[in-house]
Amino acid sequence: MAVKAEFDIPVITNVPRTPALREGAMAHSRPFVAKPDHQEPLGFPGELVEDWHDRAIAKMGELLGSYRSLQVFMDACVKCGACTDKCHYYLGTADPKNMPVARQDLMRKVYRRYFTWAGKYFPWLVGAADLTEEVLEEWYAYYHQCSECRRCSVYCPYGIDTAEITMAGREILDSVGMGQKYSNEIIGKVFRIGNNLGLPEPALADTLEGLEEEVKEETDVDVRFPLDEQGADVLLVTPSADFFAEPHVDGLIGYAKIFHQAGIRWTLSSHASEAANFGLFIGSQGNMQRVALRIREAAMELGVKRIIVGECGHAWRVAYSYWNTLIGPFDFLDPDYPAPQHICEATYDLIRQGALRFNKENNDDKVVTFHDSCNVSRGSRMGSMPGGQFIIPREVIKACCNHFVDMRQETIHEGTFCCGGGGGLLTDDLLELRVKGALPRVQSLGEVIEEYGVTHMAAMCAICKSQFTKVLPYYGMGMDMVVSVHHLVGDALELGTDG
Amino acid sequence: MSILTTVVAGLFYLATATLLVGLTRKVVQYARTPAPLKIPTTPAPVTRTGVVLRMVREVVLFESLFKSSKWTWLFGWLFHFGLFVVLLRHLRYFTEPVWGWVALVQSAGIYAGYAMVIGLAGLWARRVLVDRVRYISAPSDHLMLALLVGIGGSGLLMKYVWHTDVVALKAFVLGLLRLDLSPLPADPLLVIHLLLVACLMFIFPVSKLLHAPGVFFSPTRNQVDNPRERRHVTGEA
Repeated sequence: MAVKAEFDIPVITNVPRTPALREGAMAHSRPFVAKPDHQEPLGFPGELVEDWHDRAIAKMGELLGSYRSLQVFMDACVKCGACTDKCHYYLGTADPKNMPVARQDLMRKVYRRYFTWAGKYFPWLVGAADLTEEVLEEWYAYYHQCSECRRCSVYCPYGIDTAEITMAGREILDSVGMGQKYSNEIIGKVFRIGNNLGLPEPALADTLEGLEEEVKEETDVDVRFPLDEQGADVLLVTPSADFFAEPHVDGLIGYAKIFHQAGIRWTLSSHASEAANFGLFIGSQGNMQRVALRIREAAMELGVKRIIVGECGHAWRVAYSYWNTLIGPFDFLDPDYPAPQHICEATYDLIRQGALRFNKENNDDKVVTFHDSCNVSRGSRMGSMPGGQFIIPREVIKACCNHFVDMRQETIHEGTFCCGGGGGLLTDDLLELRVKGALPRVQSLGEVIEEYGVTHMAAMCAICKSQFTKVLPYYGMGMDMVVSVHHLVGDALELGTDG
Repeated sequence: MSILTTVVAGLFYLATATLLVGLTRKVVQYARTPAPLKIPTTPAPVTRTGVVLRMVREVVLFESLFKSSKWTWLFGWLFHFGLFVVLLRHLRYFTEPVWGWVALVQSAGIYAGYAMVIGLAGLWARRVLVDRVRYISAPSDHLMLALLVGIGGSGLLMKYVWHTDVVALKAFVLGLLRLDLSPLPADPLLVIHLLLVACLMFIFPVSKLLHAPGVFFSPTRNQVDNPRERRHVTGEA
């Protein structure tokens, strides 16, 4: 039974289709604006500054000069339309401004007006426009209808990545005092408390202790969940959602069981109790670096030899692609392991070494499919070969499940659809957008449910898992369909002394 | 020397200078702007050689566009490849004696002329007929197609309908190159063809035609996927 909503829930059709344009369909969608308390700790003005126009243009000039991506992407688009049917938000809302090129054009028209010869002298000809209050409002609305999933960048003949433009747009908005409450408040919590959830150290310790008892009760084995343990070999950095609720926490239990069984000494850190890094979402390299730096500090302080990152999509992109640049080099870690390493890479290596034994029958009640997370798929890698990020999690799942099927080819791997809640949009003030944006993924999930009787969709991203548990019921699917990859691992793993 | 010859010659010197200076400035700008972070769209090659191959596939075969939209790919590729061969064919006006391989592509160049115009027509039809593409089109997008169709169309007309004096034209072109002007045949179609080409050269560095140099600088396509193996640091910014 589908949940009721105050907006129309898209209809799942037999054949996925590209909707006809509905201009202005999502013009009303805008997240809560950040208050001064959310802005200032990040170094942004508390509210819209008086000279926002000049400051925004100056900021745009600064970004054009600091990011080759932005400069090239502003110039190179030929409006071929290849991207127009690739964005899940366009497919789900039919609002033409959710077509990647149109989203880019919101900034490109201003770029052309202020930074190009043609736009200065012939604005009407090249679609250039002044930066007015309406344009600023439009930026706010539509740069918060992009989950920075990069699907469009796969299909663009010049590799134009709308995520880069959305990030620039949000950074300009932040710099004039028009930030988004959800992301900025969370970054503030990381600075103040150490994680997105605002879970202080004693509460975290309590939670972990509770988990030890729970696993003991269930398995009769002493699986530990160490916190701040000096001299551990592995520092595990995971999204704080993993400490909090299902389906996330079952993934954390899975990691702990793996470490236990493989005899790896590991620890969590209260100083770096968060893998997520919303600095990425708001395009702020400074804040992203500051958030990431806690992890380097924790690793050095605890004297670990390896850093492993838990199931979190954008966190893995930041860790894999940016950590070495922002907080490296990692010459203090064991060079025999990649730095950082994804938990799926670690598990996969252990499986291949024969260090783990599975009772696949434990998962026989499930027919599992797998949702590739956008940031992992298109912004990172696992293993040593391109595409390892698609192979390794699937191999891990197949090692512990007898029944696995993939969704339709063009909706997995590099063509995967965003869950609809990534990129700093996982907030209830954007619920309509989230439900509609999930349509393409839900569509292909529906197909494998129908055809193969799929009962569970595994994911390896805290945002994906939270988003799906929230929105699947709107489409009449159960929220308990969503499982962590390491939940499946943990359930099938044979715990024992002779492992 | 006729006024026509002087004006068209002057225009081409100016257009060439604008094109070269304008493109150089943009390329220098792209090259100097730092790429502070690793953002290849993955899966991406893990070696430099792999990136070169990816770029070759992108530029020669339009690999990403192929994944994206078969019609746009077909028309876009027909146009670009046609234009490329047509340009090679035109080398006969710039070389004396004509290089052997340029002589060889002459007949192919004629078919390429058709391919180019057919491709443009297809792209233009999409721009008008597909609601999504119509929505994102500015007047300049239509004008650009009109300009290119004009260039291709006038060229084909000269080949098949109203011939021009190609020997005199060649003398004019070689004169341009040697800074020793020869008279330009006063055929209206030829003059139109040349004016449109000059126009294209003028707008190249200030328009979306910058996609040509831009694609080589696109970080999502030209970066190696090796952030863990090699620390990516840019000194600037």
